[in-house]
Amino acid sequence: MNGDDPGWRELRLAAPVVLGALVRRHGHFDECEDAVQEALVAASSQWPRTGRPANPTAWLRTVATRRLVDRLRGDAARRRREARDAHATRAGEDRGTPTGEDDTLTLLFLCCHPALTPPSQVALTLRAVAGLTTAEIARAFLVPEPTMAQRISRAKRQVKAAGAVFAMPGEHDRPARVAAVNAVLYLLFNEGHTASSGEELVRPQLTAEAIRLARLAHRALPDDGEVAGLLALMLLTEARRPARTGPAGELIPLAEQDRSRWDAPMIAEGIALITRTLARAPVGPYQLQAAIAAVHDEAATAEETDWPQILALYGLLERVAPNPVVTLNRAVALTMVHGPDAGLALLDTIAHDPRVAASHRYASVRAHLLELAGDTDGALAAYEDAARRTTSTPERRHLLGRAARLRQRHPADGPCGAR
Amino acid sequence: MKYMLLIYGNEERWASVGREEFERIVAETDALNRELFESGELVGAYGVADQVNAKVVRVDDRGVPVVSDGPYAEAKEYLGSFTIVDCENLERALEIAARNPAARYVGVEVRPLMHEADVGS
Repeated sequence: MNGDDPGWRELRLAAPVVLGALVRRHGHFDECEDAVQEALVAASSQWPRTGRPANPTAWLRTVATRRLVDRLRGDAARRRREARDAHATRAGEDRGTPTGEDDTLTLLFLCCHPALTPPSQVALTLRAVAGLTTAEIARAFLVPEPTMAQRISRAKRQVKAAGAVFAMPGEHDRPARVAAVNAVLYLLFNEGHTASSGEELVRPQLTAEAIRLARLAHRALPDDGEVAGLLALMLLTEARRPARTGPAGELIPLAEQDRSRWDAPMIAEGIALITRTLARAPVGPYQLQAAIAAVHDEAATAEETDWPQILALYGLLERVAPNPVVTLNRAVALTMVHGPDAGLALLDTIAHDPRVAASHRYASVRAHLLELAGDTDGALAAYEDAARRTTSTPERRHLLGRAARLRQRHPADGPCGAR
Repeated sequence: MKYMLLIYGNEERWASVGREEFERIVAETDALNRELFESGELVGAYGVADQVNAKVVRVDDRGVPVVSDGPYAEAKEYLGSFTIVDCENLERALEIAARNPAARYVGVEVRPLMHEADVGS
């Protein structure tokens, strides 16, 4: 990954701008996207030998255009096809002079097209909007390169088959399309945020990319409360990253993090943004989650956390977006305000909900509440159950660590203590 | 999310499948794998060689590797093949498993893979 080199950063920023210009001039999103990708791959193989050109953007524009012309000339059958769907991907003539940023946003909406599955939306966004090469995306997700290449070319065929045009969605479609973009950016952010491994250099870059694109979407749609809420949520979560893992890469829970390591300017930005947004936009799930993150981030120590406010926000969130995962989190807040019995009673209400009952999350929250209630045996069994159920290696390590710590503190307690 | 689809063989069960029927199963499996590759969901699909080829490696107390023949020669059930897919969710993985012809004969075991192996550090 060449993410830290300034020349590469410029090249990746230029990729969607060059792609947008090509699509507006020639139509054919899929062909243009291939041409830009070929130019990016050429840069990654040539630049280390020849040194990078003085103007990476101009270089990319020239090479990608040349590749596109070769492609369009090379295939007579394709030319006939071209004539047939010449109108299909040509759009945007009715707009004024679009800026590079406009084009990047239009591309983002195109890549998050509802005809695609979320994994395909993410992959296509990373390639066409973020300017990553197929090899880099495949490494980030630990799949073979041909698998990722197939996923992307299939996604492009589906976008085309759905009759998508290179233009911002109209007023009528706008809310659903914005929601799809938000969902993809959130997925991208979590992909970079939750996995502690995979390709070390690519993962944090996924998070940075998600924030960059969320900023772009927010600049373009400043009045959309959920776009702003998502950006604030990302900032308020990302700000804790330096404290989230220990020296051996182990997860450190929020209550035990060294808060002096949190990124204070990022927190300030996130809090200002969510405060501004809540005051004027209709409330939505991303805003509420950002508000909850803000309350956590505002507390100088875990003990100073304003749990009654968090409990109230989870109550609102449950009403706006009913979901048993939200109930799980509300059970934790309820425990912090009214004690573990209240939290455990709330957990019981979703014990048979198929969406969470068999998940590691339910077991781990239950373990935590049982531990607070002083039920060591019950907590141990629930931690071990949660560790078995999770599919995340760091989380499994964390849960087994909690169990071990509990056992150490209560060596003589019950049958579990003897294990 | 990655899932491993495991197909366990059973000598008796497969022995009762006629040759033409078996060829149809193979063709159907190939077509499914092709489709999964084209959708960008196939990470890999492998047949496992007969268990007579199995070796078990153990390292003894002195750090010396000791290789022996597979211990499962008498087992009735054995791993016959496996497929790794990277797909949207469990629902989709189960849908893929149901399309595997082996699901009609011996069943397909679906196991989520841990996310992720420590290869970066």
